[in-house]
Amino acid sequence: MTEQITGAQSLVRSLEAAGVTDIFGIPGGAILPAYDPLMDSSIRHVLVRHEQGAGHAAQGYAAATGRVGVCMATSGPGATNLVTPIADAHMDSVPMVAVTGQVGASMIGTDAFQEADIRGITMPITKHNFLVTDPAEIPQRVAEAFHIAATGRPGPVLVDVAKSALEAMTTFRWPTELQLPGYRPVTKPHAKQIREAAKLILESRRPVLYVGGGTIRSGASAELRALAELTGMPVVTTLMARGAFPDSHPQHLGMPGMHGSVSAVAGLQKSDLIISLGARFDDRVTGRLDSFAPGAKVIHADIDPAEIGKNRHADVPIVGDCREVIADLVTVLKAEADAGHTGDFEAWAEFLSGIKRRYPLGYETPADGSLAPQYVIQRLGEIAGPDAIYTSGVGQHQMWAAQFIGYEKPMTWLNSGGLGTMGYSVPAAMGAKVGAPDTTVWAIDGDGCFQMTNQELATCAINDIPIKVAIVNNESLGMVRQWQTLFYNERYSNTDLHSKRIPDFVKLAEAYGCVGLACESPADVDSTIEKAMSINDVPVVVDFRVNRDAMVWPMVAAGKSNDEIKYARDLAPDFDRVEDDWEVRPA
Amino acid sequence: MSKHTLSVLVEDKPGVLARIAGLFSRRGFNIDSLAVGPTEHADVSRMTIVVNVESSPLEQVTKQLNKLVEVIKIVELDPTASVDRELVLVKVAATAETRGQVLDTVQLFRAKVIDVAPDAVTIQITGNAGKIADFLRVLEPFGIRELVQSGMVAIGRGSRSISERSLRPVTVPARPAVG
Repeated sequence: MTEQITGAQSLVRSLEAAGVTDIFGIPGGAILPAYDPLMDSSIRHVLVRHEQGAGHAAQGYAAATGRVGVCMATSGPGATNLVTPIADAHMDSVPMVAVTGQVGASMIGTDAFQEADIRGITMPITKHNFLVTDPAEIPQRVAEAFHIAATGRPGPVLVDVAKSALEAMTTFRWPTELQLPGYRPVTKPHAKQIREAAKLILESRRPVLYVGGGTIRSGASAELRALAELTGMPVVTTLMARGAFPDSHPQHLGMPGMHGSVSAVAGLQKSDLIISLGARFDDRVTGRLDSFAPGAKVIHADIDPAEIGKNRHADVPIVGDCREVIADLVTVLKAEADAGHTGDFEAWAEFLSGIKRRYPLGYETPADGSLAPQYVIQRLGEIAGPDAIYTSGVGQHQMWAAQFIGYEKPMTWLNSGGLGTMGYSVPAAMGAKVGAPDTTVWAIDGDGCFQMTNQELATCAINDIPIKVAIVNNESLGMVRQWQTLFYNERYSNTDLHSKRIPDFVKLAEAYGCVGLACESPADVDSTIEKAMSINDVPVVVDFRVNRDAMVWPMVAAGKSNDEIKYARDLAPDFDRVEDDWEVRPA
Repeated sequence: MSKHTLSVLVEDKPGVLARIAGLFSRRGFNIDSLAVGPTEHADVSRMTIVVNVESSPLEQVTKQLNKLVEVIKIVELDPTASVDRELVLVKVAATAETRGQVLDTVQLFRAKVIDVAPDAVTIQITGNAGKIADFLRVLEPFGIRELVQSGMVAIGRGSRSISERSLRPVTVPARPAVG
């Protein structure tokens, strides 16, 4: 007779069978039965301080390792606290499984204590979700959850398990077949579309490789580099794709979009062919859609067919995994090159290099001798180097971290791109550090973001997760303040956080068992960073007290055309002289 | 704007209707008519959804629907190559004077009386939207007391079935999804 075990034991065995080694979570009433067998499991459970931290940690773990991140919470408030990271993972295609306890099956629908319809709540923000009330179904649903989270376009899957199912007796059998008749992601691109794409590339004069986060999720960096170098096409990497292509590469124009480099924005705007690889023409990249890259044809490759043609018409749609798409393109273009057919993009590349030289990323050093936030972040990147993992929150510090750190490798830049979740940085760094314990992990955070999730410093200190946190402290909600400066006549409504006074971040760090450092002079930046780099047994928090008036440039104002990019305040780049050479005609 | 009829094959699982209805509403689509019921396969339900949209947003919503794990297949039915029917039950005032005229109308439209009371009759009619609208217009002067209408169901003409392709299971990947 097959061994009788509890549903809770079956759940833990299923997680082990799915290959889980680390879980971030907090127990509570409904999930309590699962925590008992978890004690005897090979799985490491990291007890966090807030479920949002568990979710972002699972995201950071997944983004840094490429494996499925797992978080666990109880019913009701435990589950609803996971809503933000689940929505975040959904927007940024992060493979994640959230396991939640639910009230007993007979109580569902009765407004029982700590009951929330988390399956209903998360329907629009998960790739899929399950409610399990029959203990016999647990292994099947867990196997399906991991398969769905990790394959196709990755995303979050929630498995809500009723307490009665956890407590009931059942048997364990890991499934050999998944019951998912409606789930068949296409990964292999169509050869005809690849040939069409190659033809357009060879016919084009001003092509750009528009590289999105899908290239990182699919592990396509090597193929991407081969494609770029084979053809000489310029490359832009979106916020989600920083690190997919080395920043030091001469063909790299930088990041496009609202705070992109002038060369990257110009490269897209004046191109005659955009080759979109795992990107989704997000409004932060395109600006006003009807004036985005008006002369460009579009090759749009994505594993999610719903992204293709969603915002911008695709002349050549390609459904497939980015790595396979790019590898196939390289094969076809190599054969063409051997037959003597190559594109001639030299003049175009030269034109863009000129723009890159004329409008490099830069910032003003404050005249009063105070610390420039951009300088702090730039030095941090130079000292910690391209092998470190960097996470960020959302706002000015995020944009500066995307701009001023040189990324050379994929999965070293983790941030909340689509949802824009303040508070992502510290817990995501914690998750990344658990997944990559031998790698230096820096959380670059704003003083506003940091105060949303900093309680996870306790988790880090207690569980030997020595992350490093750089608070870029401008004592305000900096990006909102920047918009108030530019668009609301400098009326600073509710953006002043007084964070140079309260709290004392150094004391706060020490209270949490971390090392706390502070720095407010440019002269001390290097030594402070080096000190933080030398401490590897406990988490370190550095309060960089920076000039509060620094702004993020370049900038395309929300709802404006990319043609109206400002290099700095009241300073538009001068394309007029060069535009004669590249007259833009509608495609 | 134009009417489109989608036949959606879904797994017969709890919550699947909520998923589909939720997707339409959050992408800003109004559903004109929705009918759900079993099919020739035990585990598969079929929804007939009528929406009034331009064709390009319809393509987007179809792609989004296709991403739902429990959606097996979506077919847009061409009105010229399919037949569609709705069912209406309508309670009409019918006195001794008017009953004869009401019954004549029932005959003309090949509808059916399914219940009779001293001052009313309840009529069942099936047909496409045009026929039903015409029928109700003719009945209106007699006094419609109550009306209930089903969603539209539709099926392609000819011998082919949209659910022919087998519902194969997926093999668990040899390599674990994590680790």
